[in-house]
Order: sequence, then C-alpha cells, then structure tokens
Amino acid sequence: MSRLENRIVLVSGGASGIGAATARLVVREGGKAVLADRDETKGRALADELGDGASFVPLDVTDEAAWARAVAGTVERFGAVHGLLNAAGVGVRNSIEDCTLAEYRRINDINALGTFLGCKAVLPAMKRSGGGSIVNISSVLGLRGASYAMAYCASKGAVRLLTKHVALHCAQMKYDIRCNSVHPGYIDTPMIAPRLDQTIGNMSGRQWLEELHPLGRLGRAEEVAAMILFLLSDESAFSTGSEFVCDGGLTA
Amino acid sequence: MSGELSGRVAIVTGGASGIGAAAAALLSQAGARVVVADLQAAKDGMGRFVQHDVTSEESWQSLLADVSKHEGRLDIMVNNAGTSGGAGSVESTDVETWQRVQAVNSEGVFLGCKYAIDGMKRTAPDKPAPRGSIVNLSSVAGLQSGAGSIAYTASKGAVRLLSKSVALYCAEQKLDIRCNSVHPGGVDTPIFDPLWQMVGRERGKALVGMRHPIGRMAEPREIGEVILWLASDRSSFVTGAEIAADGALTAGLMRRQPFVAS
Repeated sequence: MSRLENRIVLVSGGASGIGAATARLVVREGGKAVLADRDETKGRALADELGDGASFVPLDVTDEAAWARAVAGTVERFGAVHGLLNAAGVGVRNSIEDCTLAEYRRINDINALGTFLGCKAVLPAMKRSGGGSIVNISSVLGLRGASYAMAYCASKGAVRLLTKHVALHCAQMKYDIRCNSVHPGYIDTPMIAPRLDQTIGNMSGRQWLEELHPLGRLGRAEEVAAMILFLLSDESAFSTGSEFVCDGGLTA
Repeated sequence: MSGELSGRVAIVTGGASGIGAAAAALLSQAGARVVVADLQAAKDGMGRFVQHDVTSEESWQSLLADVSKHEGRLDIMVNNAGTSGGAGSVESTDVETWQRVQAVNSEGVFLGCKYAIDGMKRTAPDKPAPRGSIVNLSSVAGLQSGAGSIAYTASKGAVRLLSKSVALYCAEQKLDIRCNSVHPGGVDTPIFDPLWQMVGRERGKALVGMRHPIGRMAEPREIGEVILWLASDRSSFVTGAEIAADGALTAGLMRRQPFVAS
C-alpha cells in the first residue's frame, strides 16, 4: 500500500504532535515529507530518523519570507510540492476579560495569518507541480465556542473560513488544488500537555478533557494523521472546502 | 422618553452610516440613549456622536470613560464597524492588507466585547442592573466563504467564534450579558460603493440581489431590526447564536440556482 507514492508534502509544525505523526505516515505511504518547524533540534532529529523520505527546514509561520524559503527548499530537495499541511499552531487559554490585545494578535498571527501565508506561499509551486491538496488544522473550537479559549476560537474560526476561500478560489481558477479543514478534539500532543496535570474541580485536567469526548478518552495524533492522509491523497478527490471533524463525538 | 428600551444606553460602532446608522435610529426610536461611535460624524446622524477608532485600545478606554461620564451606564453594545478590505484572494492579498482587515473586523470586535463587559459591569449599584446585550456584526462570509476577500472571510469567521466564546464566558460568570453574531447577506450600504462606481448603483443592486434566493439585497433597516431584537429583552434566551439575515443566501439549493457572480 502506497497511498502517497512520490507525493511531496510540506508540513508546518512538523517537529511534534499532529504534524510529526502525519510526516511519519506520509513517508510510510511512499511520500516525501518536509518538516518545517521553529524547533530545529526536534525537527532535524525526526527528519534524520525518517531517512531519505524526509528533510527539515526552519520555519516561523508568521514570516512570509521564511515560508518562501521553506517552499523553495522543498522544491529544491524533492523537485515538486503536492501537499501542504498547516499544523503549526498555538493553544492558549484566555477569556474575553483577561486576554490582552497583544495576546489576541499573537495567537491570531500564528494560527490564522500563519495558515494564510502557508496557502499563499505554496500555491505557485503546487500549480507547477500539477496540482495538490492543502489541509489546514482548525479545531473543534473552530466549530464551537469556549468560555476559556476566546482568542484561540477566533483564530480557528478564521482558519475554518479562509480554508473555504482557498478551496473556492482554486476551483474557480481551475488549479486542481483542493483545500479542506480538519477539526480535531483534544489530542494527546505537547500542545495540551500543560493542561493534563492541572486540577479542575475534583478531576485532573486529563480526566476533565477526556470526559468532554463521548468516546471517553483523548485522541491520538495518529488518528488525526489518518484523516489528514486521506485528505492529502487522491482518495478524497471530490472533497474541497469542507470541514472534517475528528473529535471522539465532542461536537455531536 | 418611553419605549421598550427606555433607560438603556447603547453604543453603536460604525453608527454614522449603513447598518450602524439604521440600528442607531431603531434603538433610539425604542427609547434607548444611543452613542454613535465612528471615525466621522454623519451630517444628520442619530444619537450622541463620539469620535472613535475601533482598532485603538486608547480610543476604547476614552469612549467608555466618556459614556460613563455622560450616560452613566451601558446596556447594549453593537460592534458594527467593519471594512471590506477589497476583493483580495489568497494569491493577491499582502500581509499589510490582512492585518488592516483583522485590526478593524476581528480585533475591533474583540476590544468592543472586552470593553462592553467592563462598561456593563461598572453600572452604578444604585441604578437598575444592566441587562446586557452584545451584538457582533459578522457576515454571510463568516458562515460560507466566497472567492472574494480571504482577509474579510477570515475576520468574519473569527467574529462568529469569538461571539460564542463571549456568550459562554458571560454565562459561566453569571453576568447578565448575552452575546450573538448577525450574518447579513448583501445590504445596500457604502461598503458596496466601489461596485456601484463600476457598474452603476441600480444595475449593481440588481446583480447582487440576484445572488440571493429572494432576489434582492437588504435595506440597512432590515438588518437594524434584527439588531434591535437581539438588543432587546425579546431575545432574552438567545445567546451564543448566529443569526443569518441573508435572503436565504446560505440556506441551500433551489431547482433554479440564483445567478452566481464570477
């Protein structure tokens, strides 16, 4: 089974969590993964582990020039780019009353501006590569609000809608490039690690998060990566502009 | 002054024109004291004008101080100010344009909610407690996208989700403050001036109107009525909701599809 034979996928946030799990799966399915991350140590280590099928480029997703270098580096290393996963993101808890303007902007810059810049940067190279698939990580909190994550919800709502724009724009321009958003529930990744040991009422943070999901547990990065692989591959050829939920029943 | 909103105080951002002006007029007719917060005053505007820039935190602080001094309370906040940001696609939008649109449409609404809650909580204890309502103007572009402006649709998606988060926070804190988003379709306001200049106003209105299943654009007053309802106690169980007022634009499919502009 080589569901992504010779497809080249650029992965922001590729050093850890959902990005890293997807990179592993891409390589296992015959594709090439370029890990783009701010964390050079972890990114390079994973790229080395994955061998010839992977490489690393440093990337701050809020920096348009860094995106240009990441796309150019991908094409230079593997000759084309067929997939983009925008997985880099920051999870921050704040409410409407305690969030500052600077913090609101920082979260939206990483999650929303960063995703926009990724889509924009990859399109020219993806067109030259004969088309492709873009997957943007939104969240269940791009579908539902949360009293304790106001700015994060806003940024993921922006990702949800900008994804539809990219899908419609590419369809209208006849680029043969699809774009979809993925909405994970709480996944056991470094992003939520600080929350697991907190105490909420008489529950641990982990128990509280687990009980939000009807399946009664956190998701695993590999489970989200499996959905992303489907979206990166031709198996999802008629899906574009859509919202793919992977949340253990949370939004049901 | 008598009326269903008598004794209430409302701030309407972007209240000098378009949907904001219509909302200000209707809130005022219902008996509310209305503060029109806008960059520029209208010639024959409703309510008390205060010069205000929604992107500036200092401007929000001075607006709330001014309302506290003159009106002494706050019950209703209509976060209406917005910008279209042109028609830039994912390929043609630069970072500067993106940030400018987010500053007005997303950060401006964030600050509006934050300072509204602050203002509503500050109502003097000897006065009737506020029955707060925050009404955030999103758009059909916050529900579905178009191949129009990526910065605009992203900003309106942010407003849609932050509104729900504000509603949930206020409920959790047992603040008597509701928060909802309104999603208008095409409304005959100055935001369409660039199109009117290109194809003429009547032809432009017909073209935009044809995209809506009911076959026409909205007048600002029709959106103002939705805002008035959300601001009033008539919607007392409605919070965290997204209210489309879009002539069925986002409702689905018909046997004869409305004309879709390219």
